[in-house]
Amino acid sequence: MNMASAIEVKDLQFSYEEQEQGQHIVFDGLSVRIGQGEFVAVLGHNGCGKSTLAKQFNAILLPGGGSVTVYGMDTQDESLLLKIRQHVGMVFQNPDNQIVSNIVEEDVAFAPENLGVESAEIRERVDRALRTVGMYDYRTHAPQLLSGGQKQRIAIAGVIAMRPKCIVLDEPTAMLDPQGRREVLDTVEKLNREEHITVILITHHMDEAARAGRVIAMSEGKIIADGTPKEVFRQAELLRRVGLAVPQTEELMLLLRANGIDVPADTLTVQECAQALRDAMRRLDPNDPEEKTIDAHHRDPESDACLQPADAV
Amino acid sequence: MLKDVTLGQFFPGNTPIHRLDPRTKLLFVVAYITALFLAKWFVSYGVVLAFLLTVIALSRISPKVIARSVKPLLFIILLTAFLNLFYTPGEPILQVWIFRVSKEGIVSAVLMMLRITMLVVGTFMLTYTTSPIALTDGLESLLSPLKRLHFPVHELSMMMCIALRFIPTLIEETDKIMAAQKARGADFESGNLIRRAKALIPILVPLFITAFRRADELATAMEARCYHGGDGRTKMNVLRFHRCDGAAAVVGMALLTAVIVLRRFGL
Ligand SMILES: Nc1ncnc2c1ncn2[C@@H]1O[C@H](COP(=O)(O)OP(=O)(O)O)[C@@H](O)[C@H]1O
Ligand SMILES: [Mg+2]
Repeated sequence: MNMASAIEVKDLQFSYEEQEQGQHIVFDGLSVRIGQGEFVAVLGHNGCGKSTLAKQFNAILLPGGGSVTVYGMDTQDESLLLKIRQHVGMVFQNPDNQIVSNIVEEDVAFAPENLGVESAEIRERVDRALRTVGMYDYRTHAPQLLSGGQKQRIAIAGVIAMRPKCIVLDEPTAMLDPQGRREVLDTVEKLNREEHITVILITHHMDEAARAGRVIAMSEGKIIADGTPKEVFRQAELLRRVGLAVPQTEELMLLLRANGIDVPADTLTVQECAQALRDAMRRLDPNDPEEKTIDAHHRDPESDACLQPADAV
Repeated sequence: MLKDVTLGQFFPGNTPIHRLDPRTKLLFVVAYITALFLAKWFVSYGVVLAFLLTVIALSRISPKVIARSVKPLLFIILLTAFLNLFYTPGEPILQVWIFRVSKEGIVSAVLMMLRITMLVVGTFMLTYTTSPIALTDGLESLLSPLKRLHFPVHELSMMMCIALRFIPTLIEETDKIMAAQKARGADFESGNLIRRAKALIPILVPLFITAFRRADELATAMEARCYHGGDGRTKMNVLRFHRCDGAAAVVGMALLTAVIVLRRFGL
């Protein structure tokens, strides 16, 4: 891939000052490059430094050593602060704590107002942003009366009204129900596909990461795996060792393989998985009891819940 | 229980009252309150009341909502009326034990009740028909001359705006915490005043902790959206006076003049 760089992190050092224990080192030499137009998912267990990294991307936190360059701008250059933040928008976990206004459209207008955009153009940007996230009909509503997924889409609209080139979403679906998660993910995917906005999605959900073009897995402030979802999830052992589970479909395939059934190791969507299972069954005797035991083995309630929305499609 | 609090609530609509410029409405409320305090006798009160009822009718705010907003203040209204009833000197017409009721007492009690109710309802009409954003914008604009004296006008209006935004959120949270504490056997309804106040501590502590966390996250989110104070900031909706604002100004002046004239005649 030889696309233009969106974000370049070089040998990043960072630590939080703490009152009692002195310093808490989060990054000790982290480097990563994200290209313009990419859809990157970042995985990692709690406290491994995902949010800290995200906040480096728009100069909310500054490197203690090394450098972060955003569209050619060094985040340590104070005179570029607003320009950097306008280029890299950020959506946070709790939708309630990032909405500033009592009216949806006023909230979406907040960022362009801060940037000193002319009123007529703000109006245009707000309408367009709300249409993009499918919330135009709610423009005069009060945010607190909306569902979690809707609020999060308002937050996304509030960011895209700045016309950013990149959006960083820090666990935007962590507080949402399956319906809300799907709304947000569809919106993010659409922004990446249609508006060619670079998307960096921090998430705990493997099925969300599977929809990205690239997955970065982190542990203790280090990148331990980086590649396409298939490449990363194939390393199930490594991921499990750092407390990350692979997607349910992937896990099923790996278990089947461990039990001597010949299925591909890189199926990510439920459809792909179902297809692979059907092929495998056809190869085996359809009345073979072994097939059923493996199936029953996997029926824990959580995986059922996870598969339901996709089944319904 | 806290759901009844309607303070600062806005009911969107598209009536002439809703469409008025917030600055007009703010000045209007000032004129209205002045008129209310200058009103001396039932005739003046009648004029102000007629005016208030017209505004309510025009704004299409349901009387139920208005009744609900007065309810929490009923105690204060009744107490004031009670004090006026018994402590206004005058010719007694009724005596029960040590309580003496005079004709003047009855009159001043009724007028006092009217005054407080109309004061409350009038100011509520402002918040009911004006979005908090418009209200803070209006205040910011009216106070902007003070900027020259280094008075933090923008910061103040931003703070108000955020406070209004978070009132419903914090009320909801308080309800949730109360429910959680009740589920663990907390008792908020019995005991004397000190005991009840003490029972509130387990509600206030988690409420404050989450409020601080919210504030911290909100500040980060605002910075991420390029907030950097009031300098160079523009507005999507620029405040502009229209013809109806002129009309409202005339009505406001007329109201004030009428009450002042009636006052001279002791009405
Ligand atoms: N404001 C802060 N002050 C001190 N330590 C912090 C602060 N924020 C995060 N940390 C610590 O830094 C580490 C990384 O945190 P974070 O980036 O939030 O992780 P993640 O988002 O991956 O869960 C954690 O160990 C956390 O305790
Ligand atoms: Mg985090």
